[in-house]
Amino acid sequence: MNLATKDIRHNFGRFALTTVGIGMLLMIVMGMGGIYRGLIHEAALFVKQVGADIWVVQGGTRGPFAEVSRIPANLEDRVRAVPGVASARRFVSHTIQRQHRGRPLRMVVQGLSWPEDRGDWVPVTAGRPLRQAHYEMIADGSLGLLLGEKVKLGKDVYEVVGLTKGMVGTGGDGLCFFTTSDAEAIQFDVPGEALRLERAARLSRLEGMDLGRVTPLLSERVIGQASELPALAPPQVSAIMLTLQPGTDIAKVAETISTWPDVTVYSRQQQVDLLLSGMVDKAKRQLGLFRALLIIISAIIMALIIYTLTLDKIHDIAMLKLMGARNGVIIGLILQQALLIGVLGYGLAYWLGTYAFPKFPRLVVIENQDLLSLGVIVLGISVFASLMGIGKAMGVEPNKVLS
Amino acid sequence: MIADANNTPAVEAIGLTKIYGSGNTEVVAMKDVSVTLAHGEVVALLGPSGAGKSTFLTAIGLINPPTAGRITIGGQPVMDADRALVDVRAYRRQHLGFVFQKANLMPFLSAMENVSVAMEINDVAPRDARKRAMELLEYLGVADRADHLPDALSGGQQQRVAVARALANRPSLILADEPTAALDSHRGRQVMELFRKVAHEHGSAVIVVTHDHRSLEVFDRTYEMEDGELRSHPSSP
Ligand SMILES: Nc1ncnc2c1ncn2[C@@H]1O[C@H](COP(=O)(O)OP(=O)(O)OP(=O)(O)O)[C@@H](O)[C@H]1O
Ligand SMILES: [Mg+2]
Repeated sequence: MNLATKDIRHNFGRFALTTVGIGMLLMIVMGMGGIYRGLIHEAALFVKQVGADIWVVQGGTRGPFAEVSRIPANLEDRVRAVPGVASARRFVSHTIQRQHRGRPLRMVVQGLSWPEDRGDWVPVTAGRPLRQAHYEMIADGSLGLLLGEKVKLGKDVYEVVGLTKGMVGTGGDGLCFFTTSDAEAIQFDVPGEALRLERAARLSRLEGMDLGRVTPLLSERVIGQASELPALAPPQVSAIMLTLQPGTDIAKVAETISTWPDVTVYSRQQQVDLLLSGMVDKAKRQLGLFRALLIIISAIIMALIIYTLTLDKIHDIAMLKLMGARNGVIIGLILQQALLIGVLGYGLAYWLGTYAFPKFPRLVVIENQDLLSLGVIVLGISVFASLMGIGKAMGVEPNKVLS
Repeated sequence: MIADANNTPAVEAIGLTKIYGSGNTEVVAMKDVSVTLAHGEVVALLGPSGAGKSTFLTAIGLINPPTAGRITIGGQPVMDADRALVDVRAYRRQHLGFVFQKANLMPFLSAMENVSVAMEINDVAPRDARKRAMELLEYLGVADRADHLPDALSGGQQQRVAVARALANRPSLILADEPTAALDSHRGRQVMELFRKVAHEHGSAVIVVTHDHRSLEVFDRTYEMEDGELRSHPSSP
């Protein structure tokens, strides 16, 4: 006969409630571990999928995944001249939040170097890659956009031609792929009034100069089309991604380019490491702290409930001792109850997780290794939780039956 | 135990003394008590409240060690003053049976399980334990309540289950501290007669602390305790 389960049946409500509570706490612990794994997975996914061998970023910076990086777009042409470089693409990326269908739509605008890059490397789950230079987009499924849906961004309307999965930025917002020129148009969309004001400002500055007064042609040019204004800076991009010819030594090309004083060069692995050590590392510590706290809370709740269950049985434990039961019988009774709460709570956490995790706002990746280590931790806190009760039970004199 | 019933006494206590506390608060609960019980003998222990009856019973029961004196059970020395000469827990589960004023049943076990648990902690196979538990409940007339929790049993039924539990491991010594206090006189007498029957059938020695003078003729001998001292009661043969 198992005394532990008999007693649990007798105190079923209290036991079940505790187990459900522990199960839910453990589910959150499990989910937080999964979110961390998901962060790593998502962060690395883009860098791996885009398939660049070398990243060229603004000199002295750690690149667009760590901070703001701005380099002139024509750097693309400079790096193409380096021996061994097969192709160079612009990396344009920025997060926007616009209104769509009456709700805020937050996305990472990701530029594709049209026409070399049409997003063929993007794993589309529906639809197709880009087929024209403007007004098409591939959206990540997490944004909830439908194939064929039209989205107005700035002055233009873009059509969703493809859907992808698991492509999110470090902030967890879904990626949308556009051509770089569209991406820049979305980012640098300037209202007409701002342009008119800028033209007026330039004209008045020009009129204040001798050169302007004697060269009427100049004044016509400063108020021309925005894209033709000579004083405007050339378009800036965040980084240039290089793909090398097969058999080329990556380190050698990287070394050549890194001698240029205006840029910094990272390999694909360095770029992944930067991602993981920055943003993801902070998230890891934050999630780790929460997990540790929740585990401690679970242990305390378990210890308390095991202790009160033991206190309720103290007279019965004294009677067992009086009848000559070995300490093992009594320790087993308490320990088994703690382990049962732990094991059932863990099972419940796993079961709840299969329903809850897909609904989490961020990707949750549950790895067997994490499940195993959490399992060991749960066994550990179960044993710990029973210690206080066992200590109490061991101290009871069989005499207590008589009082 | 029954085999050597004729030559070895079931219990032999020599010079048992129990002193609680020390200095000003010292209480001598039991003074130089010596007694010998033969196998199959059923004795009653009378005495006013605070006389030291429970102290004596728990000393013999290896629950509450005496300050001085020796205890021998079935020819084996088990206590020398407050020093145990055997593993007292093992000894209790193998050789002793206890019944108290309250039944002290485990509330989460059925009547049958309350009896069989005593055997299971004594390494009896669960199947055999259940079988014997049912036999004992039948013997005590509560077999029909075997599957009920103690809460669903009357006081008398609970006490009979407790008696069944005390008999479960065929103890050589049964110690009962006011077992019938919670029962009506008819039921009380039934329990006393049961002890007598068990003692005579199994050769166990039985000591019953009681206040009930009406059922004294059930016992082979009667002792009386007063101020920690034990002496034979006049009604004793
Ligand atoms: N743990 C203890 N500490 C101090 N004194 C105690 C303790 N247990 C019992 N006594 C004292 O020892 C004496 C004998 O007590 P005991 O319980 O043996 O009496 P009793 O004959 O069983 O009485 P009752 O009929 O009321 O059960 C009493 O004076 C009691 O106060
Ligand atoms: Mg008493």
